[in-house]
Amino acid sequence: MEQKITESQVEKVAQLSRLALTPAEITEFTGQLESILEYVAKLNELETDHVEPLAHCLPITNCLREDEIRESMGAEKTLANAPQRDGPFFRVPKILDDHSGP
Amino acid sequence: MTSQLDYTLVVGLEIHVQLSTRSKLFCGCAVEFGASANSRVCPVCLGMPGVLPVMNRQAYEDSVLVASALNCKIAPFTKWDRKSYYYPDLPKNFQTTQYDLPLSYDGFIEIPIENAGPKRVRITRAHLEEDAGKNLHSSGPFSQVDLNRTGTPLLEIVTEPDLNAPAEVKALAMELQRIVRYLGVSEADMQKGHMRFEPNINLLIRKEGREYKTPITEVKNLNSFRALERSVAFETQRQLDAFCETGKTMVSGSKTTRGWDDGRQVTVLQREKEEAHDYRYFPEPDLLPVEMDAAWLKRIQSRLCELPLQKQTRFVHAYRLSPYDAGVLSADRATADFFEKTVGHGAEPKRVCNLLTQVGLKLANERDCGLVELGLTSRAVADLVLMVTRGEVSASGGNTLLEHMVTSGKRPEVLADELQLLQKSDSAELEIIVDKILQEQDKAVAEVRARGKKAKKAQGFLLGQVMQRTGGQANPQVVSELLAKKLS
Ligand SMILES: [Zn+2]
Repeated sequence: MEQKITESQVEKVAQLSRLALTPAEITEFTGQLESILEYVAKLNELETDHVEPLAHCLPITNCLREDEIRESMGAEKTLANAPQRDGPFFRVPKILDDHSGP
Repeated sequence: MTSQLDYTLVVGLEIHVQLSTRSKLFCGCAVEFGASANSRVCPVCLGMPGVLPVMNRQAYEDSVLVASALNCKIAPFTKWDRKSYYYPDLPKNFQTTQYDLPLSYDGFIEIPIENAGPKRVRITRAHLEEDAGKNLHSSGPFSQVDLNRTGTPLLEIVTEPDLNAPAEVKALAMELQRIVRYLGVSEADMQKGHMRFEPNINLLIRKEGREYKTPITEVKNLNSFRALERSVAFETQRQLDAFCETGKTMVSGSKTTRGWDDGRQVTVLQREKEEAHDYRYFPEPDLLPVEMDAAWLKRIQSRLCELPLQKQTRFVHAYRLSPYDAGVLSADRATADFFEKTVGHGAEPKRVCNLLTQVGLKLANERDCGLVELGLTSRAVADLVLMVTRGEVSASGGNTLLEHMVTSGKRPEVLADELQLLQKSDSAELEIIVDKILQEQDKAVAEVRARGKKAKKAQGFLLGQVMQRTGGQANPQVVSELLAKKLS
């Protein structure tokens, strides 16, 4: 992997992750991410031409559960860690430009 | 000016169908519409550290069943992926969905087209994913979040852009609704959000020997078939106008999102940050892949049944019904089965159809239930139809009797007697009355015999007189035959 990570890439990823980084942090994380990627790039030295792609690290499939209802926690417990609540709801900053939903 | 342009509408659909499992996709929380806020939530729903999701077998099998009904290839190996997501209705910050190895792909659906044969629309893929919760936008600087819906199983179905008219888009939506209801895997109620349709729309415009593609828009917030159809029609006109005004054409890969405003019947551009949709999929390490084998697939596919459009087409041919009537009867499986059982008792199909569609379904609607929940037996309905066919009661008398059968639960012949709806078909008995009327009404008799302009009206008058004399209980067909014989 010749291409090195740039500050503008870090800026973009930060924006996608809704993280507000200072210019100093961007420089710092660019360096850190670069060394991580360099480390992982060691994998490229492996000969993988004859290795099947792997979709999951465990050699197990078909772990399914029956469609049975189990008791939920209830609203009080659910909301116990909420920074803010509004009756039985979580309260969050107003969502602008709502493209939520799958 | 826009009306002179030669263009083709091009629409593909992205569809979400909520599967009607008892529990959620990855945990045992109940799937329940209208439960009190945040009462159906557990650590898995909340995305707490260390929790492990486990796939609901029913949800996977139901997905494979629908995909099979949509003629898709079923993947022998399928896995799930994480899709970055930054709204608070999924607290994990990602949606568990399927990216590169969906459980099914490459299928098609056939949809009924008015005054033409069925049209085949290709299905790109169908995969299983989780729904998000609900963000409620109250007034003020805050939003409320209810996580009950979080983790509800959704089947996402993506079609190829094979639809070319608003009516076709609506037809596909309605056909899919019929299919998933036939298969019993979803209530498919659009108002409740069980089915959500997002059309991707653009136009192929031919002008001065060149082809232009307008920018693609995706329309959201469609809560009824009507809204779906209208939004596509609206977008067609809007894109035509925009093309004439600006000449802008499609930029590869980009599309804008518009929301349907049902009150104003227009689509409205939704504001969107640039590059907001960089989903950065990666494999979900917490869920294990699923491998499908022939025996399991066979077991799932044994739940397939005759699909609505096949049934509708068969009804048209086997029972000589109009496509419309056949469509009404095959709209749900229980009604279609009841119709066939009734016909199986020897009742005339067209009469059974009329009775069920004109009276039965009306009564069911009034009671907000299905036809088969009216308490009627196919045997009793068949007997009623046979009475009409034999001329013992008139067609309208038959309608009245069906209503009373529903309210009283009594047999048709008992009710016919009680309500004095039995027709006199005994021609010897009727002949005496006919002769009497003919003697009394010599003017009308003369008019019929003269075969002039007034003959037809006079004959109708005589029939009316006989019916009146018998208190409406004469079989009009028998009386007509008697009159014709005597006046020839
Ligand atoms: Zn849960």
